[in-house]
Amino acid sequence: MSPLTRDRIFLSALGGVVFSIPLVLKNPYYLNVLNIVGLNVLVVAGLTLLIGYAGQISLGHGGFYAMGAYISALLAINLGWSPWITTLMAMAATGVTALIIGIPTLRLKGHYLVMATLGFNLIVYILLVQLDNLTGGPSGLPGIPLYTVAGWGFNTDLKCYWLIWALTLGGLFLAFNLVHSRMGRALVAIRESEVAAGCLGIETWKCKTQVFVLSAVMASLAGSLYAHYMTFISPKTFDIFYSIEVVAMVIIGGIGSLWGALLGSAFLTPLPQLLHFFDEYKDIIYGAIFMGVLIFSPQGLVGGLVRLYQKKRLMSQFKRVKGIKWNS
Amino acid sequence: MEGNLSQFIFSGITTGAIYALIALGFCIVENSMKIVNFAQGDFLTLGGMVVFTLLHSFHIPLFLAFCVAVGVAALVGAAMERLTLRPARSKETVVLVFITIGASIFMRGGIKLLWGKSPKSLPYFSGEVPVSLLGARILPQAFWIVGGTLLVFLGLQYFYRYTRQGKAMKAVAYDPEAAALMGINVEAMMMLSFALAGGVGAVAGVLIIPITTMTFDMGVVLGLKGFAAAVLGGYGDVMGAVVGGLLLGVLESLGAGLISSTFKDVIAFVVLLLVLFVRPQGILGKDEGERV
Repeated sequence: MSPLTRDRIFLSALGGVVFSIPLVLKNPYYLNVLNIVGLNVLVVAGLTLLIGYAGQISLGHGGFYAMGAYISALLAINLGWSPWITTLMAMAATGVTALIIGIPTLRLKGHYLVMATLGFNLIVYILLVQLDNLTGGPSGLPGIPLYTVAGWGFNTDLKCYWLIWALTLGGLFLAFNLVHSRMGRALVAIRESEVAAGCLGIETWKCKTQVFVLSAVMASLAGSLYAHYMTFISPKTFDIFYSIEVVAMVIIGGIGSLWGALLGSAFLTPLPQLLHFFDEYKDIIYGAIFMGVLIFSPQGLVGGLVRLYQKKRLMSQFKRVKGIKWNS
Repeated sequence: MEGNLSQFIFSGITTGAIYALIALGFCIVENSMKIVNFAQGDFLTLGGMVVFTLLHSFHIPLFLAFCVAVGVAALVGAAMERLTLRPARSKETVVLVFITIGASIFMRGGIKLLWGKSPKSLPYFSGEVPVSLLGARILPQAFWIVGGTLLVFLGLQYFYRYTRQGKAMKAVAYDPEAAALMGINVEAMMMLSFALAGGVGAVAGVLIIPITTMTFDMGVVLGLKGFAAAVLGGYGDVMGAVVGGLLLGVLESLGAGLISSTFKDVIAFVVLLLVLFVRPQGILGKDEGERV
């Protein structure tokens, strides 16, 4: 069985699980959490392609998530266009921005790349807060129109669940196709050694820029979905902590695995809500869990799960995809 | 206008010196473990909070309180290395860096728990009467800050160039295996570097608590500025940290004074990005060829 077939079988199984959850789970609060998990999976899957496969770290994807949310929301509010159209326009605008930023930024390595992407996120955040005539400033932007199909609106958590998870599964399907293609193998080659990849005839800067733009567009889509689902957005959602959180999901899930993207999002997204119970101790506990997973599970959650089953055979595979060089 | 300009530059140098001091903390960890320690800003908060408590509740003399704060932060730094980074099963840079982010969240939570959310402040070390210099009015505290940064900078230069420990630490950063073969205790060096970084962070915290009110989460913003300064100057270079810090501070101050105070951070970060696009290794960073 080829790896692609295997992943597609798992993905169909996931589709089955996603389809059956609302049959038993009716509580809108839980559905809301699951919807946010779905949006994060979309962002984290894109980031996994960039970080886990191409080996390029970005702490700026909160900025692209913000662009998706704000561009789509502002166009829909001010021009009255259909949210479907504005979502596509936001994706296009974010893609072009990512292209313009990506070309000079992806030349940078290690700490410098981290700082540059972080700087982009900070700039976007400050603009969202300060341009309050346009964005509503720190108090946020209310009254964002819902997605509608022929007068039928996506106005409940359940309806949005179907929409968000359909797109998330679609995104995962495409991402799996990509990683098992020539492009996916080229990205792994770049991660292992950019020079060697270049020598094999891979246009490294082109591949890196393409996957950077793709991951930004996926974050933008998730941002638009968030905006038209919640109908209210504020800059707080899109600060650097979001960028840090999604990269943490990539790492905690298991770098270099799209299944890790799913596990990382499913684990870290609801964690702050779960810890709410601990009141003033919640930050300390969150920090401790965050550190603990990274310290004791070097291959992330996916690596840990795999180890539980087939210890030796699959671990050797994970060893092969482990390396992502921050300093090359 | 001229007076204004020198005012902007002098206040920029003051904030820049703080950024430089934080950047030096990042630099110390880079020079042993080659990772970004995102908890650096929280060492600063910790130092400031400890001094506040000692002065406010126990009325200990400032100098003594200062020493205790530096000691406490150094211990916390060493403990952080020993308890979180050393046991880490993976030695991948990205994993270690995210462990420091976890440590930062943890420390921030701890500081909030111990000192609460209310802002803390202390009186100036030596009076509030501003000194006039070249048409600018400068608070005496600014001299403390610039002087403190200068001392730490000179101390670190001496440490890395002339002491065995300093050289050993750099050797560990360059190649831990080779350093171990030369008889250097690699783990002890890494722990020492975190203790030093903690101490330097606490110095910054003590120096700035009189001019900014200290809150539990202030380490986030200052840590980021320090990181930006270190990157701007050339990451890991002691001189670069100071150059980057001062440049970032002056840029921000000029941007705020001459262009727009609401967008001062945007201006500073845009300049930072432009510098990186022209010089991907920072201003003083060496362009290290990649070994294939």
